Amino acid sequence: MIGRLTEGVPRRALALLAALFLLLLVFPAFASGYLLAVGFLILYFAFVGQAWNIMMGFAGQLSLGHSLYVGLGAYAAAALYVHFGVSPWIGLGASIGISMLAGAAIGFLAFRFGVAGVYFAILTIAFAEFARIGFDHFRWVQGSSGFFLPVANYTQNDLWNLRGSPRMFYYLMLALTAGAFVLCHALLRSRLGYYWLAIRESPEAAEALGVNLFRYKMAAVVISAAMTALAGVMFAFYYNNLFPEQIFHISRSIELILGPIIGGIGTLVGPIVGAFLLTGLAEGLREVMLRLGIDVPGVKQVFYGICLLLVVMFLPDGVWPPIAKKLGLRR
Amino acid sequence: MPVEIYLNVAASGLLTGLVYGLMALGLSVIFGVVRVVNFAHGEMMTLAMFLALVLFNALGLDPLVTLVPIAGVLLVFGYLLQIGLINPFINRPEHSQFMLLVAVALILVNAQLIIFGPDAQGIRTRYSFDSFQLGPLIVDAAKVYAAGAALVVAAALFAFFRYTLLGKAIRACADNYHGALVVGLNVKRLYALTFGLGAACVGATGAMLMAVIDVTPAIGPAYTLLAFVIVITGGLGSMPGALLGGLLIGLTEALGGVLFTPSAKSMFAFGLLVLVLLFRPQGILGRKTG
Repeated sequence: MIGRLTEGVPRRALALLAALFLLLLVFPAFASGYLLAVGFLILYFAFVGQAWNIMMGFAGQLSLGHSLYVGLGAYAAAALYVHFGVSPWIGLGASIGISMLAGAAIGFLAFRFGVAGVYFAILTIAFAEFARIGFDHFRWVQGSSGFFLPVANYTQNDLWNLRGSPRMFYYLMLALTAGAFVLCHALLRSRLGYYWLAIRESPEAAEALGVNLFRYKMAAVVISAAMTALAGVMFAFYYNNLFPEQIFHISRSIELILGPIIGGIGTLVGPIVGAFLLTGLAEGLREVMLRLGIDVPGVKQVFYGICLLLVVMFLPDGVWPPIAKKLGLRR
Repeated sequence: MPVEIYLNVAASGLLTGLVYGLMALGLSVIFGVVRVVNFAHGEMMTLAMFLALVLFNALGLDPLVTLVPIAGVLLVFGYLLQIGLINPFINRPEHSQFMLLVAVALILVNAQLIIFGPDAQGIRTRYSFDSFQLGPLIVDAAKVYAAGAALVVAAALFAFFRYTLLGKAIRACADNYHGALVVGLNVKRLYALTFGLGAACVGATGAMLMAVIDVTPAIGPAYTLLAFVIVITGGLGSMPGALLGGLLIGLTEALGGVLFTPSAKSMFAFGLLVLVLLFRPQGILGRKTG
């Protein structure tokens, strides 16, 4: 199994990956509470970026509504926990199921008629907005006044109920991110992965060769939605509060796709590099603004916007591909 | 509830719908010619609204008067945006263009947030509380004026594309990019002009809406989305479709707001979008492609 996974991967790449993983593994031992929170955020964005990348980077379907799956996943597990005391490990089944259904519904609506490209993107935004307004009026989870999870004391980690220290969440997120990386690597080498790449490069040619566009695009949406829902569960239990205005908001969807775009769409390492760069820069900027005493909302987003603008203009393939070339990881 | 209420709400929804229609017309014109989806549409509209607000507060000028210079400012803004940023992206993949405009939208909305702050700001014109009575119908004067202005601007745009040489040249670019190049049209300049015209439409819409609603930077993305919903409903690239879509969405939102709760009104617009995608994916007045 491991032999097949690492087949054809340059030695140097494996060594670098192992080094990075080890570094992330020992990071909490040296990090302050603040740095640990930043680390969690980086891993979180790396994970959802990886999930989004399956749709856009592999199958070429631009989703701008991934906050929908984050939100549905977060709300489902949180509501089951708060109302019925169901463990999030069981609740995440519901989270994943609901998100997959939502993804399937969007995919069905769009792919049946060949709604693609920007129209598809707009449809995904519309669904996320629909959910945002819907949850604002959803009494069972307190509507727009926000849904709160009971906050436990952090002296003892309760892994079964996901109540515990930031360190526990950091390691969970690290495991998820590593898992997503391996899964995406395996997917890219599978028949499904090759179908996706064919669809991304040329839907017409893929169809002419007998690839069932509808089926494989659906697979991309559903797998991506399921992974994103997992991130939503982590989000809910880490932050302990959920507001429809925040979690379903379009700026969330945009935030989570910036990482893979800046890192490199369609690459496995891109989402991780992008998450590091973006979160690191944003936190650095926050620090600088704090020092200078500037407290104006919107500055961070303008900064994001400028980063995105510069990357799409000058590095259309993202930051990672040129670096990979330099490191000799790619021909 | 008596039936008059529904009639009143429907009339008001249709008037708002005309203004929405003009906004969507701008998006549709840009898409129909340049083939770029202007993701910063709503953000450009709030920019126009803030311009109208500043002009009203500083000089006391009515937004229906400042509509013309504001549309002019947005025309120049759109022209420069196309020349400077979007033209180099014409042959890039679709998602790349989209990302570019997402970035522009992100910068625009947050720059407005930094400059004007997050609070809702409105203006009170002389006719803010006036209304017209027409049989059982009572409609806001501001909405009637805004809708009338929207009709005038839309008619001017239709006439421009139908009767002027420049309008015909732009339509030629839309029909056949290479053909237009071959006969010697400066396609990039015409694209810039088209983007400017679309921006002028949305600028005029912003000024009109300022007479009706309050502005915050946060409504920008919501209006971008609304414009998308309208053009997809009406049929992408179809100018009458955009106006018809605007009317339909205006009506749906107004009736949805009174039947359920006003804060949930845009859910009905999205519901309509899903219905259209299910039964007539090319939009009501759209042509089938492929």
